[in-house]
Amino acid sequence: MSEEKIGFFERLKNGLTKTRNNIVNSIDSVFSGFKTIDDDFYEELEEILVMGDIGIKATDQIITELKKEVKQRHIKEPADCRSILINTIKEQMKVDQDAYAFENKTSVILIVGVNGVGKTTTIGKLASIYKAQGKKVLIAAADTFRAAASEQLEEWADRAGVDIITGKEGSDPASVIFDAVNAAKARKTDVLLCDTAGRLHNKKNLMEELKKIDRIIEREFPDAYKESLVVLDGATGQNALMQAREFKDATNITGIVLTKMDGTAKGGIAVAIQSELQVPVKYIGVGEKINDLQKFDPDDFVDALFDRSQEKE
Amino acid sequence: MAFESLTDKLQSVFKNLRSKGRLTEEDVKAALKEVKMALLEADVNFKVVKQFVKTVEERAIGQDVMNGLNPGQMVVKIVNEELTALMGSETTEIAFQPGKSITVIMMCGLQGAGKTTTTAKIAGKLKLKGKKSLLVACDVYRPAAIKQLQINGEKQDVEVFALPDSKEPVTIAKEAVAYAEKNGHNIVILDTAGRLHIDEDMMQELQNIKEHVTVHQTLLVVDAMTGQDAVNIAKEFNEKIGLDGVVLTKMDGDSRGGAALSVKAVTGKPIIYIGMGEKLSDLEQFYPDRMAGRILGMGDVLSLIEKVQADVDVDKEKQMAAKLKKGKFDFEDYLESMNQMKKMGGLASILGMMPGMGSKMGDIESMVDENQLKRMEAIVLSMTPAERQNPKLLNPGRKHRIAKGAGVDISVVNRFIKQFEQSQKMMKQLPGMMGGIGKKGRGGFPGRLNFPF
Repeated sequence: MSEEKIGFFERLKNGLTKTRNNIVNSIDSVFSGFKTIDDDFYEELEEILVMGDIGIKATDQIITELKKEVKQRHIKEPADCRSILINTIKEQMKVDQDAYAFENKTSVILIVGVNGVGKTTTIGKLASIYKAQGKKVLIAAADTFRAAASEQLEEWADRAGVDIITGKEGSDPASVIFDAVNAAKARKTDVLLCDTAGRLHNKKNLMEELKKIDRIIEREFPDAYKESLVVLDGATGQNALMQAREFKDATNITGIVLTKMDGTAKGGIAVAIQSELQVPVKYIGVGEKINDLQKFDPDDFVDALFDRSQEKE
Repeated sequence: MAFESLTDKLQSVFKNLRSKGRLTEEDVKAALKEVKMALLEADVNFKVVKQFVKTVEERAIGQDVMNGLNPGQMVVKIVNEELTALMGSETTEIAFQPGKSITVIMMCGLQGAGKTTTTAKIAGKLKLKGKKSLLVACDVYRPAAIKQLQINGEKQDVEVFALPDSKEPVTIAKEAVAYAEKNGHNIVILDTAGRLHIDEDMMQELQNIKEHVTVHQTLLVVDAMTGQDAVNIAKEFNEKIGLDGVVLTKMDGDSRGGAALSVKAVTGKPIIYIGMGEKLSDLEQFYPDRMAGRILGMGDVLSLIEKVQADVDVDKEKQMAAKLKKGKFDFEDYLESMNQMKKMGGLASILGMMPGMGSKMGDIESMVDENQLKRMEAIVLSMTPAERQNPKLLNPGRKHRIAKGAGVDISVVNRFIKQFEQSQKMMKQLPGMMGGIGKKGRGGFPGRLNFPF
């Protein structure tokens, strides 16, 4: 476990170097550039957080919180604001203790999200993580829309050494799920990972299709623990909130997978989502290799964003 | 809703502005504060927003507005103009090599931006212009990427070049160009693997391709939902690889494309195409001025008119107008109008271009169930030609037969026929209006919306 943690930290550190440099440098310049805590100071702080894709609403909440603290504790030094800010964000980012309960039960994990966020890759990574834990894994390739989606997932299943149920391109994804659920029951599978086609959250019919898939899982496999994860591209701006909201409506998502966090300069959207929807980020993708999917650690994440001692060079 | 679309936001701001007879400096400032927040919520890059608001404020508080007869409209105009200027004021096309020379286009971008899909879409678009494209599978990393391109190429009826055994994008690109020369292709589109802009090795790979193959056009594919980072991505790709243009994808989502505003401003590179859907035909030319209009809630009326003109068969249109004028609109015409509609990308896509509708796409799609349209079509197709031309023939026996043929309940058939009769009556009352539009030669479009759906 500690090994995993170090690995995560290193990866995150490398992945987030750019983010950290941006945010930390600008925040540092704010903290040191201002002699007093005044409106200009808060305004600049607000700008920096907005630029980090944290979102206006979440930023406002954070600043309000910060102002309250500053007043209560009679803080005069801008530099002291720093640790308060970090703690405030950490507080917002907490993950419940039972967030990963599904890992130890017979479970169905439904993966949803818009196009191109990395759903299929995430499933490939999850499959090999659970396989390595000695679990019996089955994948349902219910993206029957995109050209060669099944082939892509078959390749991942092959790499992870797990079984996969596929359907023909253009066939009803719900029928693939139906078959997979029954196969999972018959084979006594521990984890059934369901891939779905990427869909924009504002396409009503496609969201209805998702609800149908969700209903089939509920109906056919009521004993299984159901986990519904929405995959969000870490580079996405405020639209990620809309996505999370709509997918929450459709499949009652229980967690978020934040992908491509190794390249983007913005990790802020995670804060915005947590603050607005109270849906925790559970996994974070920091690379293309099969091991580059890690459990989300809010403390590490926020520290990596703000802690200067982690800065290289 | 916490995050309304940019259009909605600006519309509500300007509604307040319009309601006042005269603008004070505070009014302008208050409005622009809203504009700023709206733009930020739309993910426009912060620095771009700051500059934008400053420019508008300088112009708006100046005498331009104070001397104007309608100050509110003046601000709208200035915002619109500045927005257009920001996005580039001209539509750009891909620059082709003269004569029969091959134009090599390289697609690049982050993972999941939509490069492979866009590659096939562009090939389809160029095919309409009489170009013979060769798609080249240079993504040697992602599982099944080659297969995806091959399937899409097949759908577009465009040849795909791949070397499944090679892991060398440079080799693949070189051989593809040689192959194109031999086989008479005049466009070569290189579909490269997705990569992060900070991944030095992968960026080097693109540079290598450019060193060994003459690439005439390098296009960056950017997801329209990208946040503040869009600018960094475009900047890095531009500096390291050298870009000629940008394709914005997933514009059919409800992100109002703040990235579109930023990318051009920061890199100076034009946006050439926008991806508007998952179908391979859903790639549109990017019109900066129209886009500005759409963002400001003025609707993309120009695009709409053009689409109608390009897709609607003029002769059939005249016949239809004549029939409408006489109030003789039968089920054959209904089918015909449905087909025209499909050609234009479906009702939802058309409504989306109407003023003030752009942001409500979700609502529209729930309103217009395409499946229901299909059901209606099935009902009409289950009628005999005589029945189609003369709806009065439809007695209960015939209706039952039609219901069976269409696989729907008899009540659905009844309701549909009733609706049809009602709209037929309505149209009889409208011949004056229809005729007027016909004379103006605008393709009679507004009449379309009165058709029974």
